[in-house]
Amino acid sequence: MTSQTLTAAPPVRAPSVQSSLQRSRQRMAWLLVAPALLVLLAIAGWPLLRTIWFSLTDAQLGDLTQMQFVGLDNYIGENGVLRDAEWWSAVANTLQFSVISVTLETVLGLSVALLLNTPSRARTLLRAAVLVPWAIPTIVSAKMWSWMLNDQYGVINVMLQGLGLIDTPLAFIADPDLSFFTIILVDVWKTTPFMALLMLAALQMVPTDCYEAARVDGVPRWRVFTHITLPLILPAVLVAMVFRALDALRVFDLIYVMTSNSRLTKSMSVYVREQLVDFQQVGFGSASATVLFLIIVLFTVAYMAFTRRRMQGV
Amino acid sequence: MCQIRLDNVQKRFGDTPILADIQLTVEAGEFCVFIGPSGCGKSTLLRLIAGLEDVSAGNIHIDGVRVNDLPPARRDVAMVFQSYALYPHMTVYDNMAFGLRHLKLGEVEIERRVRVAAESLHLTPLLTRKPGALSGGQRQRVAIGRAIVRQPKVFLFDEPLSNLDASLRVKTRVEIARLHRELGRASMIYVTHDQTEAMTLADKIVLLKPLAGQEGVPSIAQVGHPLELYHHPRSRFVASFIGSPGMNFFDAEVLAASGDGVQCRAGGQVLDAAVNGRTCAPGSTLTLGVRPEHVLCGEGPHQGRVTHLEHLGEHSYAYLDCALSKAPLVVKVMQSALAIGDTLRFALPAGQLHAFVADGEALPRLAALPPAAMRAVSAAA
Ligand SMILES: Nc1ncnc2c1ncn2[C@@H]1O[C@H](COP(=O)(O)OP(=O)(O)OP(=O)(O)O)[C@@H](O)[C@H]1O
Ligand SMILES: [Mg+2]
Repeated sequence: MTSQTLTAAPPVRAPSVQSSLQRSRQRMAWLLVAPALLVLLAIAGWPLLRTIWFSLTDAQLGDLTQMQFVGLDNYIGENGVLRDAEWWSAVANTLQFSVISVTLETVLGLSVALLLNTPSRARTLLRAAVLVPWAIPTIVSAKMWSWMLNDQYGVINVMLQGLGLIDTPLAFIADPDLSFFTIILVDVWKTTPFMALLMLAALQMVPTDCYEAARVDGVPRWRVFTHITLPLILPAVLVAMVFRALDALRVFDLIYVMTSNSRLTKSMSVYVREQLVDFQQVGFGSASATVLFLIIVLFTVAYMAFTRRRMQGV
Repeated sequence: MCQIRLDNVQKRFGDTPILADIQLTVEAGEFCVFIGPSGCGKSTLLRLIAGLEDVSAGNIHIDGVRVNDLPPARRDVAMVFQSYALYPHMTVYDNMAFGLRHLKLGEVEIERRVRVAAESLHLTPLLTRKPGALSGGQRQRVAIGRAIVRQPKVFLFDEPLSNLDASLRVKTRVEIARLHRELGRASMIYVTHDQTEAMTLADKIVLLKPLAGQEGVPSIAQVGHPLELYHHPRSRFVASFIGSPGMNFFDAEVLAASGDGVQCRAGGQVLDAAVNGRTCAPGSTLTLGVRPEHVLCGEGPHQGRVTHLEHLGEHSYAYLDCALSKAPLVVKVMQSALAIGDTLRFALPAGQLHAFVADGEALPRLAALPPAAMRAVSAAA
């Protein structure tokens, strides 16, 4: 989200000769965005620059006054992050997590939004109720699900056994085969409401008279959905997916709380924290944080290039 | 051939009655115009016929089939929305073709129909554009084109010209009239609150009035040929709504009344009106009405002082301060030499006066419709 605000802020300078009115307007524009730019520089720019600087040193968390410049050693040196198999496994985990969870959240979110979009008295209430999972702090919901999914005293296992679906309790979190999907499940549970609301907003922007025109023309419902609804909400859906994907690429709290020690579910952020805090490797940790940052930048730039092409295509 | 019959149709939203006691037949191939003040339920009535709203009571028959429970798609109607309702992400071509694609017509037939419609609406050069890149008038024509390609039995238009500027409006009005002649067999129902449109297009006008919460009053004020509504308004509401500028009204006391005419006194002057006054008693009060274009100016028993003038080029409207009425009397004058403050003499021909009793109902006029109007009315019937 920050990257979008940043790129949107500075006014475009016109190439031609400017009137004094235009100049004073531009001065005003800069004046108005200056506070925001300063705050962004202070809270985002400075830490970022410092992280990049640390990544070029061998700093240790124990004593940050003693450090030496080591160039790109932390990246591509013998023990650099790009040569660490564990890092790449974290990258793979994160990508897999992002793709699966964002896809599921989009599909489920769209279904919920379509349900909520049908006019009914209960809708307002439902809309509020649906937001509850999103409003609960991640740590709380992660803990909650950890307890509910516990193989010894978890309520889910009791219910599944009661229904006769399983014979022995499943170790949703400890079992390496299950833990990854458990985490995706909890993330989907938590974030689907957010997607649903974004898409509901998009659905409500579709002019009702388009639907009425299609109704009079006798267009079947499914065709109305695929040929009118979907194309019209697609831009909003894409934005929602990108926001979610950027979030998912940084996933940390959920995994940290539920399966902090498992190599199978380790995400990039968890890896970074481990290096920085557990192993006290500020230099190396900063290097991995920077790589994580670059991956997200790459993703954002690709998305922006894609949308710009689309906008020009229209 | 397709006739639409509405039988005692009612519509309420919640507890509010919007339409009451609609009794109406639209003949096959007829051009029927719904007109009425804003909020009187014209769009609602159109949407009832289209099937976008359910009737609260009564029956709708299209082509002899009761359609109350049929979805819009099975009523074989096409609707042109006031807002055009074009699909913003589709080209003009696709906008017109979309309603046909699920009908298994084959792309060749679809293309043929779209091309023919586009040609007649001058849309051919615009087929690849999207609605966002069209002017209001062009969008409106696309909306009409989308209805034409369906080849429905009934066309429903909801104020299609209300977003256009004056000159485009006249042009499109003529095009719609031409379209109706060309499509021949299709019935058209057309909603407007512009009475010039209503007068010029309609075979039959349906004038609706707002219910304003009253019970037991039908929504339809009068149905008939435009000239019938103009010359023989059945109530004061109809008389004031049809015609522009509106009819002048003033109160008068009945001196003598019979089936051959009524003599009254207004502002100290005696007036004769050629209306059937069998039902009114001497001494009672009537409201007299006369249209600005029917006042004979230049000489006559009455006189008034000009307080305001509106020059329209070919003729002018003069607002007169006179003894007959408190409100200024508007008259149409051909001479433009008149100035504010001048005194104008005028006469009110008995045959041009309308008379309304206290509850607004008109006394039948003795004068027949002018011959041209008679011909038009009987042709329509
Ligand atoms: N869905 C609805 N729920 C409640 N009341 C409605 C609804 N739709 C319309 N109405 C009311 O019904 C009345 C008639 O509305 P309608 O849109 O048919 O008027 P109209 O004659 O088409 O007016 P206009 O000339 O302004 O388009 C209005 O008073 C309106 O407030
Ligand atoms: Mg309307």
